[in-house]
Amino acid sequence: MFESQTAPTYHLETVEEQENDFILNLGPQHPGTHGVLRVILHMDGEYILTADPVLGYGHRMQEKIAENMTWSQVLPYMARMDYLSALSYNQAWVCLVEKMCEYEVPRRAEYIRVLTTELNRISSHLLWFGAFLLDLGAFTPFLHAFEDRETLLDLLESLTGSRLTYCFFRFGGVGADVDAAFLRGAQDFVKQMHTKLPRYHELVTGNVIFRERTRDVGVILPFDTWGYGLSGPVLRGSGEQYDVRTSEPYSIYPELDFNVPVEQSGDCLARYLVRLNEIDESLKIIEQTLANMPEGPIKSKVPKIIKPPEGEASMAVETPRGELMIYAVSDGGKVPYRVKYRVPSFANLSIFSKMARGQLLADALAILGSLDLVIPEIDR
Amino acid sequence: MMTSYAQDIITGLSSLLTGMKVTIKTMFTKGHTVQWPRQTAQLPLNFRGHIRLVANDSTGFAKCIACGSCVRACPSNCIEVKGEKPEGAKKKSPTLFRLDFTKCSLCGLCVESCPVAAITFSRDYALAGLTSEPFAAMNLLDEVASPFAGEEQ
Repeated sequence: MFESQTAPTYHLETVEEQENDFILNLGPQHPGTHGVLRVILHMDGEYILTADPVLGYGHRMQEKIAENMTWSQVLPYMARMDYLSALSYNQAWVCLVEKMCEYEVPRRAEYIRVLTTELNRISSHLLWFGAFLLDLGAFTPFLHAFEDRETLLDLLESLTGSRLTYCFFRFGGVGADVDAAFLRGAQDFVKQMHTKLPRYHELVTGNVIFRERTRDVGVILPFDTWGYGLSGPVLRGSGEQYDVRTSEPYSIYPELDFNVPVEQSGDCLARYLVRLNEIDESLKIIEQTLANMPEGPIKSKVPKIIKPPEGEASMAVETPRGELMIYAVSDGGKVPYRVKYRVPSFANLSIFSKMARGQLLADALAILGSLDLVIPEIDR
Repeated sequence: MMTSYAQDIITGLSSLLTGMKVTIKTMFTKGHTVQWPRQTAQLPLNFRGHIRLVANDSTGFAKCIACGSCVRACPSNCIEVKGEKPEGAKKKSPTLFRLDFTKCSLCGLCVESCPVAAITFSRDYALAGLTSEPFAAMNLLDEVASPFAGEEQ
């Protein structure tokens, strides 16, 4: 299949070769793909005729690995899929097992879970903000975003013990209790972000170069969104109000007051605005959890060896990139019989071929950046 | 047509100047870089380094009872424990406690699974080397006294 680098045999649709057409390999080692993703571009000068993503460079058989691990041993592997929002993945797995075994979760643990997950969501969006603008050739916003992200990572490190690949949630609770210093740190961070967000808008959103590069580029029509299985900010940028936190509520989200940001235009600018507004909404959620943090235990009593009863269950959560669904089958044993991950980036990448067709190469990189892909999650 | 062109230039220029204003303002704020190795950042209390054995306060021997819970809890199979009962003792003591740090994912499940709290995280973070050997078989018993020390020779 990979014998010839220049003549791909697996085009979605074949375009008649013209004299001056050429094949361009974007990746697997390219700063614009943010990981080992390869896109085969059939170019006519600066214009893209077809774009075919080639996946699998980082495939680790996560689903098969899960079949050989006990239910609690799978937990650390969750963080290795989407390393930018490890806590959302943690949450999906623990909620799934709690659903199967019918474990109770104390209120304080639920609050800590939502608080840390939303902090993680902000850190993911901040990294995306920096990386996306780096793709567009702007270097300054990246440094601003990373300055704030650093505060956030230090904060989460002080609680969970790791900076990125968290393994913090436990079945029936969380791994460690929040202390006064953490709560104060979270409050300070919310204050800091409230002054920083307007600065981001000043620096980037109003910038004429940024607007020209993103407006009306890579438009996703609402008609396409459901067919391609899009979710997250990519879906909400096209005017569809769908967020697992409100449509299929879990944890304490129904009790919290927050909006789901939606933009109508469906272009790169819309997806950018949705994510920045989501940071604002996450700050709102964090403020509420900090104000209402209940006292009490952080972990309920669960058996040491987890053996969910025979049956199947699925659990969907909203990660910063979209809807993650985990489906697991138990045969009553110590290890899962089957685990299936439905990851958001994989579905979000599927529309790229359609969006890139007929675009300039530089715009295709803007589109790829606006999808916020995490490659280990696609390949898993 | 002409007026909108001029207007575009004016709004474009002003947007660039606003961005420049933010940059110039930031130039006069304090930097965040830690000048390693001249400075070191503070490690958080919950820092998860590689694991190490906890010694018993009175005897100085490892608290470990060589039950093997950590071996079973580890998702990456990186712990190897062997134990024996020393002369006259009620519980087993480890004769071998080896960690393959090259496989460890620092999840902390071993620390949590330990029934006697005999494992803890080290605060060692400068873990770089030219070969994998020192990390592939870390002998954690080196740090604690052994009840078998007299018998061996």
